[in-house]
Amino acid sequence: MDEQTRDTDHAYSAVALETSQSERLSGECLLEMQGITKHFPGVVALHDVHFQIQAGEIHALIGENGAGKSTLIKILSGAYQADSGVLTFAGQQVQQPSPASMQRLGVSVIYQELNLVPYLSVARNIFLGHEPQTLQGVIDFRTMHQRSRELLGLLGVDLSPETLIADLGIAARQLVEVAKALSRHVRLLIMDEPTAPLSEQETATLFEVVRRLRDRGVTVIYISHRLEEIFKLANRVTVLRDGRVIGTQPIGAVTRDELVHMMVGRDITEQYPKSRVQPGEVVLRVSGLPGPEGDDAELVVRAREIVALAGLMGSGRTELARQIFGADPLRQGRIEVRGREVHFHSTREAIAAGIGMVPEDRKLQGLILDRSVEDNISLPVLSRYARGTVVRRSAVRALVNELIRTIDIRLQHLSQVVRTLSGGNQQKVVLAKWLASRCEVLILDEPTRGVDVGARAEIYSVIGKLVEQGKAILLISSDLPELLGLCDRVVVVYGGRLVAQFERPAAAAETIIRYASGTFTN
Amino acid sequence: MVLALICLLLSLLTPRFLTSENLINVVRQSSLNAIVAAGMTLVILTGGIDLSVGSLLAVSSVFSAGTLAAGSSPLMAILAGIGMGLLFGVANGLIITVGDVAPFIVTLGTLTIARGIALVYTNGAPIMAMDNNFRFLGRGEFGPLPVPIVILFLVYAAVYFVLNRTTFGSYIFAIGGNQEAARLSGVRVRLIKAATYAISGLLAGLTGVILTGRLGSAQPNLGSGDELDAIAAVVLGGTSLAGGRGGIIGTLVGALIIGILANGLNLLNVNAYYQPVAKGIVILIAILVDRRVRASSAA
Repeated sequence: MDEQTRDTDHAYSAVALETSQSERLSGECLLEMQGITKHFPGVVALHDVHFQIQAGEIHALIGENGAGKSTLIKILSGAYQADSGVLTFAGQQVQQPSPASMQRLGVSVIYQELNLVPYLSVARNIFLGHEPQTLQGVIDFRTMHQRSRELLGLLGVDLSPETLIADLGIAARQLVEVAKALSRHVRLLIMDEPTAPLSEQETATLFEVVRRLRDRGVTVIYISHRLEEIFKLANRVTVLRDGRVIGTQPIGAVTRDELVHMMVGRDITEQYPKSRVQPGEVVLRVSGLPGPEGDDAELVVRAREIVALAGLMGSGRTELARQIFGADPLRQGRIEVRGREVHFHSTREAIAAGIGMVPEDRKLQGLILDRSVEDNISLPVLSRYARGTVVRRSAVRALVNELIRTIDIRLQHLSQVVRTLSGGNQQKVVLAKWLASRCEVLILDEPTRGVDVGARAEIYSVIGKLVEQGKAILLISSDLPELLGLCDRVVVVYGGRLVAQFERPAAAAETIIRYASGTFTN
Repeated sequence: MVLALICLLLSLLTPRFLTSENLINVVRQSSLNAIVAAGMTLVILTGGIDLSVGSLLAVSSVFSAGTLAAGSSPLMAILAGIGMGLLFGVANGLIITVGDVAPFIVTLGTLTIARGIALVYTNGAPIMAMDNNFRFLGRGEFGPLPVPIVILFLVYAAVYFVLNRTTFGSYIFAIGGNQEAARLSGVRVRLIKAATYAISGLLAGLTGVILTGRLGSAQPNLGSGDELDAIAAVVLGGTSLAGGRGGIIGTLVGALIIGILANGLNLLNVNAYYQPVAKGIVILIAILVDRRVRASSAA
């Protein structure tokens, strides 16, 4: 760190906060985006975005997954560079924004996956990279602890600066992140879904902290899926959809229904295969799950049926799916496949019983990126294509070739390494793995995440084919239009409970969002 | 590439290098490290490491010589030695997978334990093993080829086949490439990983028996530090220490480079104290060159 920043750090906190006090609710514009556009290969993530933040406000930013919120934040934090458009901060156009330059201007982001060092103390984390020092390189712990206490005090948080981060819960860690941002003279604090992992009590505490920040003149961009929170906290709200700004409104001027409508917007039944087939007999039944009142909820999937689990990230939908697949131990309830109760101790047993799963994160859980397409597709079924333990290569190759044709994976040759494929083709490789296995139940966790529009439609048609083949499909998706377009039934998960079930005709996006965000009132 | 370069350089520097006598000698000397490195390759491909191989070699060596000295048949003695290596290998595998402890720590533990057992068993003194049938593994010949070289080729052929033609081989690469994805694909991750340590132990045991036959005696301090040569051979051969990438042929080349290097330094009369320094430097250079070549051919 250079001398200058260190000096400003020393002069920080009380002083810095007081000066920025003058910005408070002045109606002045702190930050402005004009015509910001950002492309990624195959997708326009942001299209001609105009966005304005007033100094001293709490500005909520909402939109569905894939609407462009994260891209927008990354541009603000300097992590991405916009392809075109102008970014103005405190009246000055920002030339060549970089993470360092944006931080110097006073922009801090608190991401969902917090950036803290687990085995360092609270104080050392707060001042990481700009520690008060006695000699060059020697930390002045007295000053550091003193100032940490001040910062935490400003936030109204009772936390010892000497506690290890590893010993803190997620809520306390977030507050440390806030203190860390404060220590760097923050003027604009961006919080990305901070309450997703928090309890109600913790959320209330965090809101208190955010309000205190605003009262001290810090401007806040607050991203959340939970509309309820926005009405409690924000001054204004901006809705993003498909990379465009749909509108910015003072919070008093909109209703929840209007916001939901702005978020969902488009006609949500287009582009999905409408090969309606009659569902058959029950293939998967999970009973004794936590329901709206007691532990008596049931999840049933029939042959030729797509049942969707709707819910926010962290609602427990992925956890439930992983338990059904034997990837994690079953916490409660009982699983029946074709009427016979099963107890899986491993995914291997689940696969043997006819269950397959396309996991949430294809790079971390679905694929072996440095192996070939052939190796990846054949992995779950390899032992079936072996004489003893010797693999019959030609049989495997025939199978793989056929699958690649069926679902149209575009590649140069079978031994092509999966890493070099596009996101859509990678996802098709994961699907092909389970097409190869003779599974009856297929769990699809976010099957189109990070996949461009064209490949999406192809993945939908593969899913359609699977249904025609008689498979029972359990679908998880954060993309509500997709979910409604594909499924026959929706089960809404909130806080680990199955809170509502709808047949598709009755399933309105608005109702589902209300249940999924815990804001439904009869 | 690097191997050819070193050979070329040595044949220019010393005429004695390129004689068939010397070449067979080099391969025989390399074969022991190469056999250990074959097992190590499997372990490293899963993303693990086996530090215990040098000590397993010693404990197998003294145990087989002891069995022979106690009056058992040479075949029994050989099996006893190999079995000892296998036993320790299985123990490594079980503690790592069932106990869920880092391979580095577990095999560091068995490294010390096995060495200690070898010392206790022999009371620190060498055990003679002069039986001619027993020594066949170390000194015998098939035509022009010494038995260790024949064993070397058998081991490599078997490992090559296993890695490239069997489900076990595919699962090894899958686990090293992405353990979670392998698990979610129904691969028995623990079983496969444990098996690689068992094989590594078995091959270390086999090497211990061959070495005993070659020397005609067993000593408790045999093979000390050999794990590092084996790891060096694997890495020189292009297998990633992070797992999932590499192969067995590379390891053979790596072991030959290390063997030829030692041979060349001897032929060139390099001071024995400088030899390890020179060896280390050449290994580092070889790896750096190899990275460059790989990077440019990938691009």
